[in-house]
Amino acid sequence: MIYAVHSGLGAAQILARTQGSLVWLAFYGVFLLAVVVHVPIGLRAVLSEWLGWRGRSRDAALAAFALALAGLGGRAILGVFG
Amino acid sequence: MSVLRVRVWRGAEQGAYQAFEVPRQASQTVLDVVTYIQRALDPTLAYRFACRVGMCGSCAMTVNGIARWTCRTHVDKVAADGVLEIGPLANLPMVRDLVADMREFFDKWARAKGRFSGTRTRAEDFARVAPHSAARRDVDAAIECIGCGVCYSSCDVVAWNPDYLGPAALNRAWTLLRDERDGTRTARLHAVAGEAGCHACHTHMSCTERCPKHIAPTAGIAGLKRELARAALHGEL
Repeated sequence: MIYAVHSGLGAAQILARTQGSLVWLAFYGVFLLAVVVHVPIGLRAVLSEWLGWRGRSRDAALAAFALALAGLGGRAILGVFG
Repeated sequence: MSVLRVRVWRGAEQGAYQAFEVPRQASQTVLDVVTYIQRALDPTLAYRFACRVGMCGSCAMTVNGIARWTCRTHVDKVAADGVLEIGPLANLPMVRDLVADMREFFDKWARAKGRFSGTRTRAEDFARVAPHSAARRDVDAAIECIGCGVCYSSCDVVAWNPDYLGPAALNRAWTLLRDERDGTRTARLHAVAGEAGCHACHTHMSCTERCPKHIAPTAGIAGLKRELARAALHGEL
């Protein structure tokens, strides 16, 4: 990324590629789906092992976190699409 | 004659290390040291051993922070600077001094369905198991476990998750899953699935590193994960 940016890849060049591109939207969409599923599952184990937090409250918090990730991520990919 | 400075855990959860000086001998094992302390210095020291030749696993203790069979641990190997610290096995409740309460270790073994259940009667012929089949090779690689508890005491996940069945129980469940004669496949798959089961393993491999019988519980647990995935895909679970 550092190399690409120093070689002249700036915001304008990125947006020129992603704006209106369903391909890029789909690509980022798949990545977002993977993150929204994978991260809370991993965090679930971490929270139980390091904080001893188990049960419904933990799972509810993680569901909320997953929704937050989906919202923030969705906003980002739609931002570079639209 | 040189002297070993030995610190031995006394008491239970409330307790402290007590210092002893033990004469150093050639080819001395840590069990020799503990035995000397109990016989010559302090008869109130509680510890377990049986075969003293590396067959039974009773003498497992924490030696300088690592779970080992004390009868098979030469002092030269672990106390290069003449200092030895001995405590009971980790991750288990303490009974007294060097004795750990092994009940939860074996309870988890039972919970993992670590028990063979046959499907034939005496009226039928013997089961013919091909010794070099893939399944039997898996069993043979993991069957020699004697339930010493070293792997359980070495496992980080056991320390972090009180429900985790642990490497020994899961390893035994694996050997039974791969045993074509056993009849409780589905119940065993359910027993080893979930948060307390094989999926809690993080593949740190402390169990495999420390097992005195050179068994790889991590491989068995990985096998359980594969079997569970396969069973879930086939609608078995």
